[in-house]
Amino acid sequence: MKLKLTGALLLLALVAAACGSDGDSGAAASCAVGETDGDLSFYNWADYIDEESIPRFEEEYGIKVEYTMYESNEQMLAQVDAGAANYDLIVPSDYMVDTMIAEGLLMELDFDAIPNATNISDEFQSPPFDPDHKYHVAYQWGTTGIGISYDALEELGNVEPTWGFIFDPALSGMVSGGISMLDDAPESFSAALKYLGYSIDEVMVGGNEEAIREAGELLKATKASLLKYDSVAYSDDLMNGELAVAHGWSGSFAAAIFEADAYETHVYVIPKEGGVRWVDGMAIPASAEHPCSAHAMINFMTDAQNGAALTNYVYYASPNEAATEFILDEILEDEGIYPNAETSAKLEFIPQAGELGLLMQDLFVEAKG
Amino acid sequence: MAALDQSAAQADSRKGRLIATPAALYLLFFFMIPLGVIVTYSFATRTATGRTVLTGWNLSSYDKLFSELVLRIIWRSFWMASVTTILCLLVAYPFAYYLATRAPKVRNILLVLVMIPFWTNGLIRIFAIRFLLGSDGPASQLSENLGFGTFRILFTPTAVVIGMVYSFLTFMVLPLYVAIERMDWKLVEAARDLYAGGTVAFRKVTWPLTRSGVIAGSILVFVPSFGSYVVPEILGGAKTMLLGSYVARQFGAARNFPFGAALSVVLIAVMLIAVVINQRAEANRA
Amino acid sequence: MSTTMRPTKWASRLLALNAWLVFAFFYIPIIVLVVFSFNGSRRVNIWGGLSTRWYPEVLQNEVILDALKNSLMVASISTIVATILGTSLALALDRYRFRGRKTLDGAVFLPVIIPDVTMAVMMLVFFAQVFRFIDSFGPRFQLGIYTIVISHIAFNISFVAVVVRARLGQLDPSLEEAARDLYASGWRAFQKVTLPLILPGVLAGALLALALSLDDVVISAFVTGPGSTTLPVYVFSAIRRGVTPELNAISSLMLLASTVLVLGSLFLQREPKSKTNNQGE
Repeated sequence: MKLKLTGALLLLALVAAACGSDGDSGAAASCAVGETDGDLSFYNWADYIDEESIPRFEEEYGIKVEYTMYESNEQMLAQVDAGAANYDLIVPSDYMVDTMIAEGLLMELDFDAIPNATNISDEFQSPPFDPDHKYHVAYQWGTTGIGISYDALEELGNVEPTWGFIFDPALSGMVSGGISMLDDAPESFSAALKYLGYSIDEVMVGGNEEAIREAGELLKATKASLLKYDSVAYSDDLMNGELAVAHGWSGSFAAAIFEADAYETHVYVIPKEGGVRWVDGMAIPASAEHPCSAHAMINFMTDAQNGAALTNYVYYASPNEAATEFILDEILEDEGIYPNAETSAKLEFIPQAGELGLLMQDLFVEAKG
Repeated sequence: MAALDQSAAQADSRKGRLIATPAALYLLFFFMIPLGVIVTYSFATRTATGRTVLTGWNLSSYDKLFSELVLRIIWRSFWMASVTTILCLLVAYPFAYYLATRAPKVRNILLVLVMIPFWTNGLIRIFAIRFLLGSDGPASQLSENLGFGTFRILFTPTAVVIGMVYSFLTFMVLPLYVAIERMDWKLVEAARDLYAGGTVAFRKVTWPLTRSGVIAGSILVFVPSFGSYVVPEILGGAKTMLLGSYVARQFGAARNFPFGAALSVVLIAVMLIAVVINQRAEANRA
Repeated sequence: MSTTMRPTKWASRLLALNAWLVFAFFYIPIIVLVVFSFNGSRRVNIWGGLSTRWYPEVLQNEVILDALKNSLMVASISTIVATILGTSLALALDRYRFRGRKTLDGAVFLPVIIPDVTMAVMMLVFFAQVFRFIDSFGPRFQLGIYTIVISHIAFNISFVAVVVRARLGQLDPSLEEAARDLYASGWRAFQKVTLPLILPGVLAGALLALALSLDDVVISAFVTGPGSTTLPVYVFSAIRRGVTPELNAISSLMLLASTVLVLGSLFLQREPKSKTNNQGE
């Protein structure tokens, strides 16, 4: 009986594989402005929207929003790819938009339904990862660096911030508090590459496998100095003392410092070797069941005031030029959020790394294990 | 007469199968088949982009099981599960003994007190530990006030073991309690008369009599500890990647379903071994 | 059990100490948790005076209420179905001899002992595969409340079966034989004698299934779809984002609910238990 069972299962699986269809590649949507086609399933990063936007959207359009959260691009990709849950709106990062376009996972946007898209400033209108600007609309942008307590900086001798705070055992050993890195392979590899003196773009686009492996070794060795890998709670833990040095995203630190009024005790810095700049975009999976509702949400979030409300809450930089007049001054003037030209020059985007991307994932899991 | 008995037995058998069928079918479709699917996946291929395709059956996922990293994780999980089980046993045995030797009225009240944490949500209990062990949590504050400095236990293997013991202790207490309570105390009394000291009496009589309880309790603690996911996710940090989290990651960010399936097969194998051990122990007792 | 035999005074003191330490170990974290749910301050390390402000906030939070509603729905449906199926399974295994009984007997034990995460990924992959298969015919399915219910029933059948089976094992078979002689049909015998006798076991099994379903984090987390978050899944992701007083409040409420459930169930089980105990086990 067991044998017959196994046979039946294998048969079922093979039939399913043969018959199963992949996501429709590059399907295009056609929606009118403000048209909705059912409740919206919105899949977004954790802590990445203000508290008013969704209720206001629900009221304005009369539909409900199911809001689910993820912690990394790869986690989101795994969910969308597996197809067991259908989301209408997602917020992938730059390189992930690239990846998903290549795999036919995204739907072409109907910009007739997104008139507010013109609010987005020109520099975000045709980025390298979506040159024809067909698949995404910029949401927020920011940088990745280090959040650190002034106490820890003192322990480190008040030297110029460097990725060595994390990667150099001599330095990390001087810190009495905990150290954490993002639970995010592309980000952690980028930090390692910067520390090792490489250019992220050159390594990943140029297919420099050796450099990736070198970074992998560094990450493996660094694990011993870390308290944890975390992409969600690191800024809170920095505030409550669990961590003294945290690898993380600009807005997360800015918001936490603001909330805890910790301007005297903590600061966000971009290390001297440079760091990552990134932009997240709103996109619609090809398998979305309510694409028009998704378009409505995109249009809603790119409205000048809604865009500003978003930034005023999450403390990330806004790509929305029209929103600038509504954004709090303290945010516009914060160099952690809007870095000056000198720092900007040292920042790089994470590109789509092709096969190296999968290698990075595997090496990262190894480094953590 | 024999023919009558036989037809009665057949009717019995048909009836039995009839009654059992709905549940058996359900388990077949929604447990055995998923089990089969996951085993099948362990032989599947992972494409260059991280997708799973059910062709090109191979053993590469199983090869990966023997890499140094994976063996380390499996060993670490095995080690921590064993430590947890032994700690639970050491603490639960005297506890169950104490419970079983109280007067009936006291016993019932104490049992209620034991059951309440058991019935409360496991997640809440882990959260309680998480809350307690934080660097600026109550325990740390207290220790600081007493002059011992802040607590730095959270996100270490110690925290994970504490969390697992806290979660699974009751699973050791209950079978032990049942086994001790069921014991024929006259035998123990006789042993005491025979042997000079209580310790010898314990070793020669009490312990063997309660062995089935020990085995059942140990299995009920070891298996979930070995595959524990929630405790390491909440209390563990960089240093404690355990099998449960590792498997989960393969279906998330790591996007390697076949490998995750192969790891699951390892967990299933451990589970089956535990079942066999338990059946053998039961058979021995009978 | 004789009370004349006792371990030495010294050993007896140690046993008592151990027992009280264990009780302390069980309860102190929970008590601290509850106490701090009344902390007026938002920050864990600062005691901001006694306050109940978090409770109304939690009780009015729509997301939490939705999650609670989902949990209750999943738990009640899966408990009812699992209890019926599990009880019938236990009866069949205990009372009847049929081909395949031994295999079924062993198989039933598997869902009890399978690690959460294994079952979770098993069901996820199963559903993903089934959906892909069905998708080729047109209808699109996705994870939701029903996938959680299906998964919960799957493991709860076994738990109920194991509990009821234990109860059946304690029963005196001669009672049922007598019943079968008395009543014309097996069904009447079942109704009048067997069912009442096993009812405490069935209730115990049902309560266990209810608790397990309400408790479940991992399996629910993996097979949940957008909008079908259950309370433990919500709490789990909230914990990962850090400790907040709202979480303390939610936890305390859940503790209260469980305690009421336990005390209620024990109260229900009290009388039948003493009756059968007197029947000389």
